[in-house]
Amino acid sequence: MSALLSVEDLGIAFGTSDPVVSGVSFEVHKGQTLALVGESGSGKTISCRAILRILPKKARLSSGRVVLNGRDGRQELHHLTERRMRGIRGNAVSMIFQEPMRSLSPLHRVGNQVIEALVLHHRVSAATAKAAAIEQFERVGFPDPERAFRAYPFELSGGMRQRAMIAMAMISKPELLIADEPTTALDVTTQAQVLGLIKELQKETGTAVILVTHDLGVVANMAESVVVMNKGRVMEAGPASAVLRAPAHGYTQKLFAAAPQIPDVARAAPPLPREDLILTLSDVSKTYHVRGNSRWKPEMLVRACRGVDLAVTRGKTLAIVGESGSGKTTCARIALGAEPPDPGGKVAFRASADADPIKVHAMSRAARTAFQRQAQMVFQDPYSSLSPRMRVMDALTEPLEIHGIGTWSERREKAAEMLQWVGLKREMLFRYPHAFSGGQRQRLSIARALMLNPSLLVCDEPTSALDVSVQEQILTLLEDIRDRAGLSYLFISHDLAVVARIADEVAVMRQGLVVEQAPPETLFYNPQHPYTKALIAAQPEPDINKPIDLKLVANGAGAPESWPESFRFTPDIVPSLTEVEPGHKVRCHA
Amino acid sequence: MSLLKYAAYRFMTMLVTLWVVSIMIFFIINLPPGDYLSNQIAELRATGQSSAVEQAEFLRREYALDRPLWQQYFIWVGFMPGPNGFSGLIQGDFGWSFEFDQPVADIVGDALWMTVLVNLAAVLFVYMVALPLGVLAAAKSKTWVDYTAAFVGYLGLATPNFLLALILFYYGNRYLGLPIGGLMDPVYEGQPMSWDKVKSVLLHLIVPTFVIGTSGAAAMMQRLRANLLDELGKPYVETARAKGMAPARMLTKYPLRMAFNPFVADIGNLLPAMVSGSVLVSVVLGLQTIGPALLAALKSQDQFLAGFILMFVALLTLIGTMVSDVLLMLLDPRIRYGRRDV
Repeated sequence: MSALLSVEDLGIAFGTSDPVVSGVSFEVHKGQTLALVGESGSGKTISCRAILRILPKKARLSSGRVVLNGRDGRQELHHLTERRMRGIRGNAVSMIFQEPMRSLSPLHRVGNQVIEALVLHHRVSAATAKAAAIEQFERVGFPDPERAFRAYPFELSGGMRQRAMIAMAMISKPELLIADEPTTALDVTTQAQVLGLIKELQKETGTAVILVTHDLGVVANMAESVVVMNKGRVMEAGPASAVLRAPAHGYTQKLFAAAPQIPDVARAAPPLPREDLILTLSDVSKTYHVRGNSRWKPEMLVRACRGVDLAVTRGKTLAIVGESGSGKTTCARIALGAEPPDPGGKVAFRASADADPIKVHAMSRAARTAFQRQAQMVFQDPYSSLSPRMRVMDALTEPLEIHGIGTWSERREKAAEMLQWVGLKREMLFRYPHAFSGGQRQRLSIARALMLNPSLLVCDEPTSALDVSVQEQILTLLEDIRDRAGLSYLFISHDLAVVARIADEVAVMRQGLVVEQAPPETLFYNPQHPYTKALIAAQPEPDINKPIDLKLVANGAGAPESWPESFRFTPDIVPSLTEVEPGHKVRCHA
Repeated sequence: MSLLKYAAYRFMTMLVTLWVVSIMIFFIINLPPGDYLSNQIAELRATGQSSAVEQAEFLRREYALDRPLWQQYFIWVGFMPGPNGFSGLIQGDFGWSFEFDQPVADIVGDALWMTVLVNLAAVLFVYMVALPLGVLAAAKSKTWVDYTAAFVGYLGLATPNFLLALILFYYGNRYLGLPIGGLMDPVYEGQPMSWDKVKSVLLHLIVPTFVIGTSGAAAMMQRLRANLLDELGKPYVETARAKGMAPARMLTKYPLRMAFNPFVADIGNLLPAMVSGSVLVSVVLGLQTIGPALLAALKSQDQFLAGFILMFVALLTLIGTMVSDVLLMLLDPRIRYGRRDV
């Protein structure tokens, strides 16, 4: 049987320069899934766009053949006219993209955008198209398809938008679906459910899938065959089982080593010492008043976090884990004094073991300045957290200038020292941020946070914008620095596998509440709360024999009202956080 | 919330704004010491014409200029009875122009409508030129089409309006036989509306529209081009391409729709910019708009005339912003539902 799609010796170049992709070949068979794996800049995305010939303006196919052998006979996509090519796009071959937030037009109703492909290619009536769309919406799991049809994208959550994108791609019954990092922007439990959906749809319709991803765990769950790419070349290709079991190429092995995993744990860990706490949050709540949709409707209360009690032990790392909207970033902001908690909440900071605790939200101006020197932050996106108009030197010395520390030459010396701490060279002081890669930029922002010799570092998803291999390096760096400078971390993340590596204690949050709290080993060895279990189960593992348990994910990731009796909470009745074993707390009805 | 409710709400805020503006206009006009009449009285005294002084004193009392400023304001707006009872802007009495020795309403009457006409024509011109050129320049960015459009645009921005006016009059008259100056043939002035008069007005409008509109059109075109280019790089455009849409249809349905917001929001800014920008042009071109009258009134502290014209311009601006706000509500569901896209 010949392949549905075969790509041979694909080459893509920008203008007249050397090709950025060359010699890429792969085949996709009917009903099968091929994964294109690589880090950013590997050429995986541009290669899959080349199939549909939706390349950036300056890019062109410099070599290669793309042959589609489907229901309309054999078609050589690489030299079809643009007009015939449009007949393929969205029809025989459709595509879904990485960012469901931005891949739908915000000004058009979801239904309108979904039926478009059908109307364009099959000249059906509006009523037929709508019926097909409603059916598709029901299939991809919208509880109220009619409403979804009329909704605007901004009324849907990220996961729901990606479902709408899938409905849009599947409505014209394509033979091949190209999914470009379809779940990267989603929470891990949502990712598991969306991947499950794609798999189901594929089984029902026999559609072939090309899945572009950087995550070997996703590959193991989805793909029959794998192509590993790096710098525009294929490094390794073959059946997923073989490649994942015994990666042959050095690059694939490196990717494997870097992929964060939830470790198998043999026993629970002892509870963390509680004598010397650098930061304590007690009974911290935060309620936001959100103006109603209309000027005349009453305002809504959003409870971003509720009664959070957390403590960071000096020299250790406390990680807060949760999906977007769980309140983890609000907690971090309150801990830093960037926002006041609701009355009653207290945040205390103790600069050294014998110092008096200071109240973070009731400080004098001078005390506040002193506190700000002690507590610093590392931000999520290294591309936007460094000013493109400031040289590294200026960005690093600015905190010292603000606090009036040292002379010019001392500041400069300190900046050079910090650069070396984070593994960069002192010659880089006079460069601008654009000359650095994503990983290097994150090193820069760590160096900036260290300039004031803080004792507490708040890291807000410091690795989630980075490639896996870079993420690995940054985590190692953070661990080194913590031990070398005796720092304490408050580490915010949505990824349990990242946290597994660096945290000494983990607090899992959902809807503003801490639902489970324990050292990571204890948490992985003996997870109690259904939501924790779902988070662990949803983590894709790069092992073909350990598929995601979708049932477990669905049980825990649903609304808190759907949890088993002993964990259930409603807006009025919330179970309390109970210690089930030393150092292990679970929110359940005792 | 329903559109009607919103429109009503905007109308109320417009009234409040207009009231605040009226206070500012009145007090700013009265900032320089003295007023038209006291200046005139001083001058008459100096030349010893005592009978004229009495008449001026009478006018001062008649228009309450001898009262404290705040009372003058309330009388002017019509919140408080003046020497002749309630008679202010609200009651439709626009006051007396000392400079022209006529009621303000008689002076501005026709000029008001001519101003509206000239500026509406200019706004239409701006949109009709900027929309196609801006879209074309963005769709064919960095080709000769784009560069030519940009060059013509910058030329339009950089040429002083009065110079452009003189050049166009000269060549328009020489080669196309277009009339020079004025807004209609002098024979129709003061005549009732007739087909010939309308034709004459339209013919006279061509050059002023072009002169007043060019720079606005050039700026608007560049803005639309930049907005559209931004939108063209967004992922939803790629989604539309991957669906197999033809480029022209895709462009008009998605990115153009998005780029339209600033385009519409500009209506509010465009109107006052043009009215005030066209003052000089009106003087040069001899157009019977309120421009020349405003200039004269401000120079001689003719406060009721100046105040009325400024109020009128403010009203135009507020109507412009209100229209654009309501249009934005219609165009953009995110505004309609009072939420921001995250």
